[in-house]
Amino acid sequence: MTSRTTVERTSDTELVAARTLDGPARLVFEAWTKPELIMRWWAPASFGMTFLSCETDVRTGGSYRFVFGHPASEQPIAFFGRYIEVTPPSRIVWTNEEDEAGAVTTVTFAEKDGQTLVVVHDLYPSKDALDEAMASGSTGAWPEQFEALDELLATLGAGM
Amino acid sequence: MVQYQTSRLDAAFAALSDPTRRGVLERLGRSDASITELADRFHMTLTGMKKHVGVLEQAGLVTTEKVGRVRTCRLGRGRLEEEAAWIEGHRRLWEARFDALDRVVEDLKRKEKVDD
Repeated sequence: MTSRTTVERTSDTELVAARTLDGPARLVFEAWTKPELIMRWWAPASFGMTFLSCETDVRTGGSYRFVFGHPASEQPIAFFGRYIEVTPPSRIVWTNEEDEAGAVTTVTFAEKDGQTLVVVHDLYPSKDALDEAMASGSTGAWPEQFEALDELLATLGAGM
Repeated sequence: MVQYQTSRLDAAFAALSDPTRRGVLERLGRSDASITELADRFHMTLTGMKKHVGVLEQAGLVTTEKVGRVRTCRLGRGRLEEEAAWIEGHRRLWEARFDALDRVVEDLKRKEKVDD
């Protein structure tokens, strides 16, 4: 199956993920801003972490804090930052401050015929910062081996 | 892609099942080495060592680079492969997120209809 989700490194410092969702922008925007809704989709099983808490103050200058548990870490892992621009229902910009060289993330919601194109644009402060994030997997994508291993185990389990 | 990754993992396990190849990885963990050096170290013919290195290379555990007449082996995948693998991992994360988000939006739409 061809995937509807695209991810591309568009420059030395930029990473873009995109997908069209079946729903109006105001509902997609709601799902990106209300903690109880964010917690239902931001940390899928393949993310490797589960939500412990989720706080958002979605207005320009407001802050957010997502706290996760991970089986390999005794300490909770926090992701936090500040909303630097909030324009409902079309645009949210935030910082990722858990990492000194964290990206600035811009999400845009463009509605057309009841569907919404979501574009997630990460801008890193330097080429090194993005290279480093990719080398360490620190933007939350776990090494493919673990995912493949999970799948392999699932396949093995299903075959028994 | 799933198949690609699973076969990749199979290749890695198969590559690791051989004691000589595990020895080669351990040796390369200390420093890069040429095929000739590896063949000497493991008392093998060049052809035999080339085969082992080929298996490790296929599995993405080792990369080689030929400069002049010397083929140098080092641990790990090439930078471009590494980047492609990372991008694919990231895409899969977003795919899973968007799939879940789709369901949330679907729920919100349904709720709106009920409230109307």
